[in-house]
Amino acid sequence: MGRYVIRRLLQMIPVFFGATLLIFLMVNVMGDPIAGLCGDRKCDPATAAQLEKEFGLDKPVWQQYVTYMGNVFTGDFGTAFNGQEVTELMATAFPLTIRLTIVAILFEIVIGITLGVITGLRRGRPIDTGVLLLTLVVIAIPTFVTGLLLQLLLGVEWGIIKPSVSPEAPFNELIVPGFVLASVSLAYVTRLTRTSIAENRRADYVRTAIAKGLPRRRVITRHLLRNSLIPVVTFIGTDIGALMGGAIVTERIFNIHGVGFQLYQGILRQSTQTVVGFVTVLVLVFLVANLVVDLLYAVLDPRIRYA
Amino acid sequence: MRGATHAKWAACAVTVVLAATACGGGGDSGGGGGDGSGIVGSSWGDPQNPLEPANTNEVQGGKVLDMIFRGLVRYDPKTGEAKNMVAESIDTSDSQNFTVKIKTGWKFSNGEAVTAKSFVDAWNYGAHLKNNQKNAYFFGYIEGYDKVHPEKGDATADTLSGLKVVDDTSFTVKLTQKFSTWPKTLGYPAFAPLPKAFYDDHDAWLSKPVGNGPYTVDSYAKGSKMALRKWDDYSGPDKAQNGGVDLKVYTDNNTAYTDLMAGNLDLVDDVPASQLKNAKSDLGDRYINTPAGIIQTLAFPFYDEAWSKPEAAKVRQGLSMAINREQITDTIFQKTRTPATDWTSPVLGEAGGYKSGLCGDPCKYDADEAKKLISEGGGIPGGTLKITYNADTGSHKEWVDAVCNSINKALDNDKSCVGNPVGTFADFRSQASQQKLDGAWRAGWQMDYPLIQNFLQPLYYTDAPSNDGKYSSEEFDKLVDEANAETDTAKAVSTFQDAEKVLAKDMAVIPLWYQNGSAGYSDRVSDVALNQFSVPVYNEIKVN
Repeated sequence: MGRYVIRRLLQMIPVFFGATLLIFLMVNVMGDPIAGLCGDRKCDPATAAQLEKEFGLDKPVWQQYVTYMGNVFTGDFGTAFNGQEVTELMATAFPLTIRLTIVAILFEIVIGITLGVITGLRRGRPIDTGVLLLTLVVIAIPTFVTGLLLQLLLGVEWGIIKPSVSPEAPFNELIVPGFVLASVSLAYVTRLTRTSIAENRRADYVRTAIAKGLPRRRVITRHLLRNSLIPVVTFIGTDIGALMGGAIVTERIFNIHGVGFQLYQGILRQSTQTVVGFVTVLVLVFLVANLVVDLLYAVLDPRIRYA
Repeated sequence: MRGATHAKWAACAVTVVLAATACGGGGDSGGGGGDGSGIVGSSWGDPQNPLEPANTNEVQGGKVLDMIFRGLVRYDPKTGEAKNMVAESIDTSDSQNFTVKIKTGWKFSNGEAVTAKSFVDAWNYGAHLKNNQKNAYFFGYIEGYDKVHPEKGDATADTLSGLKVVDDTSFTVKLTQKFSTWPKTLGYPAFAPLPKAFYDDHDAWLSKPVGNGPYTVDSYAKGSKMALRKWDDYSGPDKAQNGGVDLKVYTDNNTAYTDLMAGNLDLVDDVPASQLKNAKSDLGDRYINTPAGIIQTLAFPFYDEAWSKPEAAKVRQGLSMAINREQITDTIFQKTRTPATDWTSPVLGEAGGYKSGLCGDPCKYDADEAKKLISEGGGIPGGTLKITYNADTGSHKEWVDAVCNSINKALDNDKSCVGNPVGTFADFRSQASQQKLDGAWRAGWQMDYPLIQNFLQPLYYTDAPSNDGKYSSEEFDKLVDEANAETDTAKAVSTFQDAEKVLAKDMAVIPLWYQNGSAGYSDRVSDVALNQFSVPVYNEIKVN
């Protein structure tokens, strides 16, 4: 197990460098970011040159990348164009997005798995068909439609929530945005769980457990669910990264100044430092989440052994 | 909202189970009661640059500077006229050497007095190359600018030689050329005075700016919210009529508008294009749609031989006549734009140089004449007009497509005009400023100060900083120089208008429309108005 973890950690290194280099190149080919700083007029050449020097944009791209990565290892992610340290931006953005992601994941786990178990055990019954239809509808509707609709109904028409989340973004204000963010994944989790449960229900070990006279509840939670959760855990694990990076739409709608918003701003303003910094951290989140998922397999099913 | 209570309670019950939420969704800005202590909640965008007077060149940062600073002169929010604020007088006998006297008694909110040095030091700071101030060129008319801010290499002087402090209340300015309306440019935020605290601890100042205006910064959470409070000891005549303003950064102006509708916000100063249709019925009298000092134009590459030859003027005039401005401003912009008939803006007023109809026939829609002129001019260079725009903000795609549609229809040719989107504003600007664009491109101009000079010289004077298309006309340059040297304002204005007629003859750029500022406010507040820069006049807002 220990060697497996080390091997996985080592594998992360090339992935990390490859991903950051790609992002770095992609942001750089978009052209000269300084030109956008002066609005609808041309920056005066001397100031532009000075700014380029300050942000290190006057050097060749490879040199910029090397310097940048060197700084990153000392915890210096550079400065965004508005004069704020990127680490400062991260310190405000990540907690918000993490909170939003937690809410979304909780929705996925609680509602998604529950619905999945219920429908999996009652395959073909009206409730199964009903939930299946519902998930189909949810998957078909884009997030921004769900988001705007809920915002309009709950926020403006009925006045149950505030349409926008306050800068502090406490958990209770994130319930609706979290649900919106989770909605599509929620539907997938339901369907994955359902299929998995339905399949395993006929497995030998389940029959044995029932034959042993174990209570139904115990059969379902300890035997059936535990084995059926492997594909679901994989999905949820990879979804953590996707939710954090993909929250742009939800964050825009509900005015959450999280990672999605900062990335969007960074791309619009072509702030290499912001974009690369945030993506670097997201890449790490992805990698760690994947590692955790793999390790969880062993917990769920001890038969899966790692050399 | 009949029947809503029922659903509300049911839903509240549900949410309470999950967590205690505030049911009812009322405003969180307390205070009020008409005693001048209420707090206004207003929408805001994240400022693009650090908040320093000489480094702020966009509306969002400018909004704050307008609340916490008062410069030598201030533009009347209604008429746009430049009126002395901190200045007692700004005198000159030759339009080149100025003596500025300032009023006594002005203070910064940290207790420091506003003196002549506060201005001179701030201007020297703003002009100096090493400080990277994006508005440094505003000091370019002052003698010695080329030493502290050379085009290449390092600065050879630390201060502008044209600025001299005489005593605590007066200083002199020497310009490099005659510029009679120069005192009227001093209302721009870049010319604001700065306290010593600015230089002593720059980072601390940036995190909580200190100025001499009617508001002080109470708290500033970068990227999300700035709380400004009324400064009781403010020495100026335009004290705040409310207790303060909370500026909240919105990720999307649609969300801000939704918040306004839900009673969560008092003021939105940028109604999203998609809501313009509903704004009138949603808000009634609380929807503002007033002219702002912004003009949209189509610029051309004069650095390209095909566009700079004399016959091409006819092509440009023809293209201008092929654009049905009325229809586009009505249908796409819901009348928040006004078809342009000159190269300035209505906010200048007749006396300030705005002249409706100056462009004449070339700015009127006439499909037949357009077709004739374009063929006389030898046709569109390359056969197709490509209009480049940035697709990331400002819903430019809609109108560019409409303009192309109009041109195609007038010329009976589907291939006469196409839109050419560029991904980001930064990329678009870098292509435009490096003369990499062929065909036409959208060019917007937001005035820095309400002067006709500002609409002409920086844009069309030979090699002027914002003359991206490299238009050049000796006649135009000569007239602008003459106008600048003219001490009589009325004469200066009419000379500038003569210069504008040169633009009409050459059709240097095609004027499209004047842009309005659009805002909406809640019934909690009153006396809301936008100034010529489409920024709300915050200090006059009353909370009911």
